[in-house]
Amino acid sequence: MTTTVEEILERKSHAVIRDPEVAPIVDLREELFELEARGEVIVQRVPENHVEVTTKFGRKKKIPIDHTWHHKSCGQCGHIPGYTSSIFWLHRQFDLDYLDPKDQTSCTGWNYYASGASNATAQAAVMSRNFAAAYETGYFPMIHCGTSYGHYKEVREQLIHHKGLRDEVRRVLDKMGKPLVIPEELVHYSEWIHVMRKRIAEKQTVDMSAITATVHPACHYYKIVVEDAIYDPEIYGGQRMATVTATLQALGMNVADYSTWYDCCGFGFRHILVQRDFTRSFANLRKIEVMKNEVNPDVTVTHDTGCVTTLDKSQFAAKAHDRKVGIPVLSDAQVSALAMGAHPFRVVQMHWHSTDWRPFMDKLGVDWQKYWDEFQGDLELIRSGQKAGITWEDADKPVVNVA
Amino acid sequence: MPTTLENWNPGKAENRHPEMTYEEKEKLFLEVKEDPRYEDFLYGCYECGICVSSCPSARFYDYSPRVIAQAMAREDVERIYDIISEDIWNCAQCFSCVRCPRGNNPGGLVTLLREVAVRNGLQETRDVLQGYSRVIYKVMLKGNQVSPDMLQPDFFPDWGPWVAQFSANMPVWRKAIPVDTLRGVTDAAWRTERKTLLELYTIWFETGNMDIIKEIDEGLYDLLAEVMQEELEDQ
Ligand code: SF4
Ligand code: SF4
Repeated sequence: MTTTVEEILERKSHAVIRDPEVAPIVDLREELFELEARGEVIVQRVPENHVEVTTKFGRKKKIPIDHTWHHKSCGQCGHIPGYTSSIFWLHRQFDLDYLDPKDQTSCTGWNYYASGASNATAQAAVMSRNFAAAYETGYFPMIHCGTSYGHYKEVREQLIHHKGLRDEVRRVLDKMGKPLVIPEELVHYSEWIHVMRKRIAEKQTVDMSAITATVHPACHYYKIVVEDAIYDPEIYGGQRMATVTATLQALGMNVADYSTWYDCCGFGFRHILVQRDFTRSFANLRKIEVMKNEVNPDVTVTHDTGCVTTLDKSQFAAKAHDRKVGIPVLSDAQVSALAMGAHPFRVVQMHWHSTDWRPFMDKLGVDWQKYWDEFQGDLELIRSGQKAGITWEDADKPVVNVA
Repeated sequence: MPTTLENWNPGKAENRHPEMTYEEKEKLFLEVKEDPRYEDFLYGCYECGICVSSCPSARFYDYSPRVIAQAMAREDVERIYDIISEDIWNCAQCFSCVRCPRGNNPGGLVTLLREVAVRNGLQETRDVLQGYSRVIYKVMLKGNQVSPDMLQPDFFPDWGPWVAQFSANMPVWRKAIPVDTLRGVTDAAWRTERKTLLELYTIWFETGNMDIIKEIDEGLYDLLAEVMQEELEDQ
């Protein structure tokens, strides 16, 4: 053993000093800019057009409005495509410049968290390669997935703190002729929606005031590197993250509280694939049933791929056992798109969701059957070869108006 | 009672795995300890249980992030081996445990323990990861890991009758998505350029990731290595 008992006892004896008057203000950017000054990394700056928000301990974080490089999400794009199309649709409605790159891989975080079959250098190199690809285009990365966002925050911190890791990553990037680039801020798409919420509400065509919603805050958004999530004294007295809740309130919804808000959705990375009994039980018993019993919401809204999938898909088995379930699950991007009159199928792609969303649409006053029939027409044209697919030209125009 | 060399580590675990020597178990622990992230994740443990109260896995399994932090702070090699051979695979990696008032990150410690378990090809680890090979295969060859064609009723029978619908309508529904990188793609989450994939392969080889796969699943390694090498040689 390299550590003696005395050393361990010494380490255990240190109290953590906590002074509520002096909340920690962590700004990793200071160290980042020092590294840049020493020529170790390139820091990609947030574009001019940005909004400043406050993070957990009071730091100002810059959220870019346009000129963004969209780091997509494996799960969104694979299983909930309406999540991704809603994010892009919103950008298009405001005529904001964005890039949907093909020079992007998964952050590979899911595999890593699930199997451990990777290592710190590989994870950091994957992140850095993606960021270098964004830098080469001049567009600033905006991360769609909660897991990618949390994972990158973790990796960014490790890269800043461990020189050995930086050196290894630089060696790997050299093989591909890519520089080591770290963005000034890591930005999650829900933060963009958060700062755009008032503009979204201005263009709202669907009245949402009859809706009661619950929010499931995504663990990897605010639990990993906790100081980098948005908080607002107006939202839960600043004691919980403001993202999502503030958006739903801006859209006129009644956001209801429930006792297990801090619990995760039950995704569990490997669990959702190979130990689904855990995922299902947790999602239903700790989240969906609690929401149902305590506030009976019309919808539950979250901001991560894994959470939408877990909470949505887990309810079928519970229903078969007569459990008190049946809450549709959407992302804040999808809800915002619906509020602005997006086509429920061409854009929001409701048909990829499992838990019955029809009562929610009925309560909004949206004649979903009409849009479904229209969408069936699109599908017929595609089947018969008269149309290659749905394009933005077909989907850009807001169509729903029930204000 | 003052803490002394004799009583500082009460309840130290018994040797439950005599098939492995103490020295081998200790070597695994030292590997974890040598990881530069170890110092960021463990500061000791108050044994307050706050991490347990927010841990989803602790509700459903005989599992405790407190025991992990505590065993590591006490350097209880036998218990750490118990944990590495079984407990670590129960963690949901949700990081709810970072509420720890001591500043620990038990989920992060689990990450380190998993990496060491995988790197050393522990038999329990190979067994646990068997069902996961398909996803590793996908992420390595497609650049992203959740493809729509995974949505098949025989993989997800408990997700309800909709899975059969997704699967039956897959080709046409995927064409009816306005996003350019998604439209019509069924075997990957989004369309990734070949050059980008080759760069990903380079990362796997250069960082020793492929050696890790070899430790846990030689068949998968052979399959991946063959495809990747060929692609890289063609370049
Ligand atoms: S990361 Fe693991 S140990 Fe921590 S709370 Fe989540 S499941 Fe529990
Ligand atoms: S919360 Fe932290 S200090 Fe408390 S038992 Fe868990 S690891 Fe130990």
